[in-house]
Amino acid sequence: MAKTLFQKIWDRHVAKELADGTVLLYIDRHLIHEVTSAQAFEGLRLAGRPVRRPELTVATMDHNVPTEAKERKNIADAISRAQIEMLEKNCKDFGVTLYGLDSERQGIVHIIGPELGLTLPGTTIVCGDSHTSTHGAFGTLAFGIGTSEVEHVLATQTLRQTKPGTFRVDFMGRLRPGVTAKDMILKLIGTIGTSGGTGSVLEYTGEAVRALSMEERMTVCNMSIEGGARAGMIAPDDTTFDYVSRGERPFAPRGAALDQAIAYWKTLPSDPDAAFDRTITIDVDKLAPQVTWGTNPGMVMDVTERVPEPGSVPGYSRVDVEKALDYMGLTPGTPLTDVPVNVVFIGSCTNGRIEDLRRAAMVMSGRQVAKGVQVLVVPGSESVRKQAEAENLDKIFKAAGCEWRFAGCSMCLGMNPDQLKNQQRSASTSNRNFEGRQGKGGRTHLVSPEMAAAAAIAGHFVDFREWK
Amino acid sequence: MTPFVKEHGIVVPLDRANVDTDQIIPKQFLKSIRRTGFGETLFFDWKRRADGTLDPEFPLNQAHFKDAIIMVVRNNFGCGSSREHAVWAVVQAGFRVVIAPTRVLDGNRVPAFADIFASNSVKNGLLTIELPETEVDRIFDAITATPGMKATVDLTLQTITLHGAKDETIRFEIDSIRKDHLLRGLDDIALTLEHATQITSFEAKHDTQLRAQPA
Repeated sequence: MAKTLFQKIWDRHVAKELADGTVLLYIDRHLIHEVTSAQAFEGLRLAGRPVRRPELTVATMDHNVPTEAKERKNIADAISRAQIEMLEKNCKDFGVTLYGLDSERQGIVHIIGPELGLTLPGTTIVCGDSHTSTHGAFGTLAFGIGTSEVEHVLATQTLRQTKPGTFRVDFMGRLRPGVTAKDMILKLIGTIGTSGGTGSVLEYTGEAVRALSMEERMTVCNMSIEGGARAGMIAPDDTTFDYVSRGERPFAPRGAALDQAIAYWKTLPSDPDAAFDRTITIDVDKLAPQVTWGTNPGMVMDVTERVPEPGSVPGYSRVDVEKALDYMGLTPGTPLTDVPVNVVFIGSCTNGRIEDLRRAAMVMSGRQVAKGVQVLVVPGSESVRKQAEAENLDKIFKAAGCEWRFAGCSMCLGMNPDQLKNQQRSASTSNRNFEGRQGKGGRTHLVSPEMAAAAAIAGHFVDFREWK
Repeated sequence: MTPFVKEHGIVVPLDRANVDTDQIIPKQFLKSIRRTGFGETLFFDWKRRADGTLDPEFPLNQAHFKDAIIMVVRNNFGCGSSREHAVWAVVQAGFRVVIAPTRVLDGNRVPAFADIFASNSVKNGLLTIELPETEVDRIFDAITATPGMKATVDLTLQTITLHGAKDETIRFEIDSIRKDHLLRGLDDIALTLEHATQITSFEAKHDTQLRAQPA
């Protein structure tokens, strides 16, 4: 029978079919971080249970780590520090490998997984973080879980799962210059809404997806959860194999083992006649840069449009839109390109990889950040930071007036000191524009790295396609 | 886990769609390494005005909803992050049930709850009930007519009885796996460990593709 990519991976990981119709799905890689793991380890201790396969769990710290050099050595926030120290203790006690603040490979969990070669086609990956969908870019079944499930994986290396549906998202056509993977995924979320993918695993297909680099594919898969889908996947191809084969990836196969793995990975793409529960097609030929205007990622439009009138937005009630615009401090009818920004954040598991920083640096090169605008550039990992510095990108950013930081989640969710102040407005390359996400009262507009960098220079949003 | 069989108490209305986990529990409360102490953090920012004082307009602050154990909300509740802290906050604030509508919009089903929130709920004895939108509207209307109205939720019978001006009973659907887990208050890990032998034999023939461990 013809199978989808998802079905092939699912079938190979069913350790046991249970009487109630669920399965025990075997987990190949378990990634953990400081925020959602402490209570899981506490649960193990209380029940006297060991970690079943400690070598299959890898830890880092990212959510609440400071991104300024002096703070990293001595974290001022005692509660943040305690959470980080607890992760260190748990990893030591249970024999889990940790890439901590002293490691040259520390970074956002979804950035370092691929870098280290932990993320491989055909495997299952879970993490107590909803952006685990990122790893699906490799043809991996990867999804976010809660802390009870983290404990379940630690204790059993499996998860109890009900099989999700399949949803194919076909991106046809070719992206125009200045339009990016971020715009593709924002357009999808604007089309299906923030719950359009609930209950499904997305598979992204089509010529526009095939043309994307690995890093761009990760940007697309990363935001699958913002469309309600726990996982989003892209079939592995030569782009994938090339990424895995290159560089210092200590967990990836090498030599004969790599050849053997690639031969297997080539069998993973969905069979041509495999059926999906749902399919949607999005033409990217005329896609414009996207900017969110509201308080969830589905509230998004072309940069050329105007702030919408309440009652005119499909999928949202008049009250929803009124509340969103009130929070965002926006007046209907205002052109998005007239909206000024106070803060620009370039980073996160969505857009904190080296290609993102290169594209932002190209925009900034030889220019100055607009007066009064604060710009934070936060590499997604220490490896990304070192690579960027080797290419002198840090110098470009600093010369333009940006702050150049150490790796972490930073202002994507503002658990560390990097936060928006009340009513500050940001252009952000992150993934969520929820109320208060980047700081209480902060107003977030999600955009691509190019759009964020251009907004930093201009002091307001611009249509990057017309950027000279 | 506390089993869920039958609960009786006040219903509080929260008439908002797409309530995300950042609102349910703002990030500053995710730094705790304990499993308790989250009740006070529920809707922390929504409960307060700009000056930090409690907002009397917010339903959860109002006297007649003070001891509510059932929350009725709009679609896609709990979207956003995977933080189980959101469910801990709801449960530790005293709630046992959240009711939300499934809608049909342009031919597509808009779910009542986000996936991860629903999955986290069952592991903490929180019953999430999905109803057609018309039924949820009925509950909102009944609360408007009788603020502080109580309801009885019976999981065995799959019924909600609203004790408003007169008693009205609404039947709900729930998948049998979730129902069984809640009714018996099952510990998933203990249940799974009963299959440890099968997991071991699966591992013997399964390739995780993990080729190396760094020095």
